[in-house]
Amino acid sequence: MSGRLRLSRRRFLQVIAGTAGALIVGIRLADAADAAPVPPDMLGDNLYGLGPYVRIDQDGSVLIGARDPDPGTGVATSLPRIIADELDADWQRVRVLPLGLGVINNNGAPRWTYGQQVGGTGNSIPRAWRDLRAAGALARWLLLQAAAQQLGVPADRLRVEKGVVIGPDGHRLGYGQLAAAAAKITPPPSPVAPKTPEHYTLIGQPAGDVDALGIVTGQTPYSLDQHFGDAVVAVLAHSPWVDGQLEHLDKTPALAIKGVIDVIELKPDPKLPPGQTVIAPAVAVIAETTWLALQGRRALKLDWKPGASGGESTAALEQQATSLLSSDSAPTTRVRDDGDIDKARRKTARHVEATYYQPWLAHATSEPMNCLVRIDKSGAVLYVPSQSPQQAYTVVQRLTGLAPDQIDIRLSRIGGAYGRRLDHDYVAEAVLLAQAVNKPLRLFWPRDEDLSHDYYRSGCVHQFSAIVDAKRHVIAWNQRLASASALTGRGASSDRLWTSEVSVNQLPAGFVPNYRSDWFSLTSSIPRGPHSGMPDVTNAFAVDSFIDEIAHALKEDPLDTRLRLIGDARLVPLQGGGAIDTARLSNVLKLVADRINWKNWLRSVNGLGLACWYVNGAYVAHAIEVSMQGNKLTIERAVCAVDVGRVINPKGLENQVAGATLDALSNALNPAITVKDGKVQQSSWKDYPLASMAQLPNSVEVITVPGDGDPAGASFIAMPTAAPALANAVFRVSAVRVRRLPLMKEWLRLL
Amino acid sequence: MAQDHAVSAQTGAISPVAIRAGIDLEINGESYRHTGDPLMPLLWYLRDVLRLDGTKYAGERGEGGADLVLVNGKATSAIGVPISKLAGKQVVTVEGLADAQGKLHPLQQAFIDEDAIGCGYCTPGWLIASMDLLNRHKDPNDGDIDTLPNLCRCGCQTRVRSAIKRAAAAMKPGAKA
Repeated sequence: MSGRLRLSRRRFLQVIAGTAGALIVGIRLADAADAAPVPPDMLGDNLYGLGPYVRIDQDGSVLIGARDPDPGTGVATSLPRIIADELDADWQRVRVLPLGLGVINNNGAPRWTYGQQVGGTGNSIPRAWRDLRAAGALARWLLLQAAAQQLGVPADRLRVEKGVVIGPDGHRLGYGQLAAAAAKITPPPSPVAPKTPEHYTLIGQPAGDVDALGIVTGQTPYSLDQHFGDAVVAVLAHSPWVDGQLEHLDKTPALAIKGVIDVIELKPDPKLPPGQTVIAPAVAVIAETTWLALQGRRALKLDWKPGASGGESTAALEQQATSLLSSDSAPTTRVRDDGDIDKARRKTARHVEATYYQPWLAHATSEPMNCLVRIDKSGAVLYVPSQSPQQAYTVVQRLTGLAPDQIDIRLSRIGGAYGRRLDHDYVAEAVLLAQAVNKPLRLFWPRDEDLSHDYYRSGCVHQFSAIVDAKRHVIAWNQRLASASALTGRGASSDRLWTSEVSVNQLPAGFVPNYRSDWFSLTSSIPRGPHSGMPDVTNAFAVDSFIDEIAHALKEDPLDTRLRLIGDARLVPLQGGGAIDTARLSNVLKLVADRINWKNWLRSVNGLGLACWYVNGAYVAHAIEVSMQGNKLTIERAVCAVDVGRVINPKGLENQVAGATLDALSNALNPAITVKDGKVQQSSWKDYPLASMAQLPNSVEVITVPGDGDPAGASFIAMPTAAPALANAVFRVSAVRVRRLPLMKEWLRLL
Repeated sequence: MAQDHAVSAQTGAISPVAIRAGIDLEINGESYRHTGDPLMPLLWYLRDVLRLDGTKYAGERGEGGADLVLVNGKATSAIGVPISKLAGKQVVTVEGLADAQGKLHPLQQAFIDEDAIGCGYCTPGWLIASMDLLNRHKDPNDGDIDTLPNLCRCGCQTRVRSAIKRAAAAMKPGAKA
């Protein structure tokens, strides 16, 4: 009935015969699979308990589970297409279901049945490329064997087309007819080799979002749209200070509202790292409906007293950064030191210096933090908008003490994440409150709570100096960066705190013989955490702006400066392995330059700007054209070229690249988080202004470089270069160099 | 909650209960009577009471537009309008854009064709705002489209722009359906 196939040292593919003669292929951990094969009659249609990657029913319909949460990165479409291609399934007959957390009980410890489940961090596709293809290939192999038996011909004489096996005589057998028999075939002892690229049918072909129909008809549920019949709603008022204390609380006016059930205090567990406990002391109002809970929160009479953080401000932190960088004090970490910066000074023909300032930013997800939870004797069921359900599990397990198989974490489509949902403070809150009221409960953060209680991206200051020799070569590059690490308090050792702030391999490291990168740690109690595209986003803005300033100092075309810096086609080795292929880097740069008609750079009335970057195996460049009328700036064109190796879904990639471009422009143009007296000052879209339709370009021209290398993640590769290309274009059109973000405020100040 | 139901049915009791007074309104072509607090914002009536979850929470003042619905054909923030102001009004949410047979409105189809979706959370709001725009401008130009109030963090704005133009072309008299 069931068989297993060796997939890797740690995991097995497993084949199970489903109830109604369905073929089901999944992945299980080796030892767990030995201990706990799933009895077929338990399978039924309970997909949360089963979690297959592939299920083929007798009617020929194919159900594919999407392992990683999709916060708008397109993996709910691309991961199943990787499987479906190996399977040669008919995409029209494929239905995709988000898988919940795959966890089983291994003597009280959790075992992850689907391996790592993480979304929105850019590695879903590379991981899937390594293991999900095998699930599709095995299912296809089993179906072929079943067809060979039924037709009485060897499997290698059969071919497959869109879910139909075709015999040498043209006899056709649909997958549905073969599913039951295929489930009884013993898998081969060694893995089935995945397809070779010439046989791909779906990989490399464009596909729209699998949830598109559900979304445009309002039917696709997000966690906030899931319901338990009798759930109460909790809305919180957090302390403005993470170290704040409740000085006064009068619950009476809130409790006087009919339908308000309780008012409960929550406190962070100081022993736990950020993201695993309540973000700040809070008072929760529990009510029968969201609206009643919101009214209850408004009626609360409460006063918070600040702790030591009450003296903090983002302005003072920037001051701290500036004085650190201008002092002789040793850096917190010397990240890289190639050649000899000091000796290089002797060959100085020109010396260029600049300092760049970038603000604190929020995640600002569209769907605010929320969590629906039900805890009873049999266990806990949660709907969580999580990028990392395994982390959510850890939080739930710690607070409930439940066994792994009693914790059921369900994933829906997610309304944006950007790193915010790698943390699970809101899950801890929901569980604590559900336990306190002993009822199923929905936790809901209104927008003001969401913007003013976040794990922010630290503001930062970059100070550069570069030395150019008489042949116009940049021979020395000194980068000094000050920021507050996103890793503080999160288990990283003090000599690794820089890793969230700057990359040891970022451009132009490896391209300049004498290169130094120093990081200075800022001390702050403002909560910080992972942000998509970091540390590339802040560093690319500073570096790519500075290269433009070097070009200006040399009075030359910035494209020439950049191409000279990149140099001849070669592999520049990366610390820690791998290499930057300079041909691929200069290629994306030339592609955007050609497309935006760069040869008119000097003559154009509008301003043109360029930037290029290398991100985790992918190459990206932007060219942006802006026009200026009085104090009105218009982004006329945005061109982006990406080289990510093999493209799984070109339409999906184009959307990710265009989307990341617009988001990065939006983040650069206007918003900033500021803190005064320890309090975050922004609480709505009004004071944290994302770009409106009118402020963004009418289109983003995306150029995708065809490639056949293993696919790289694409969800945020286009973020780093958009803002510097914009700032460089703004300089061309207005002769104003913006060295401080948000761009519009600074540009108008300097104009 | 009691306000969920116009008629309360108790098991075993057959005698009808008098229909309670309330506010009558039409949502997606169906009649509803809200018998709860008249000040309840439409958003929470839709989401918490009717469980029509397509209309999303945007912000306390509807900033970003994810909570837009059509009230008598006009885009309106659902959190900004209490049920008391909706007596006799016709409300259309994203769930009501397709026709009674489930055939998509050309605008919905255009959003699918242009893949004008990021995470999708703000998409219902974009659809409603675009619908309102198309009600006012049969053939909107870029300047008209620029007036949309919606925000999107996934950067779907360029595809929304294309989708609106595609829908406008499809809705022209004589265009192939």
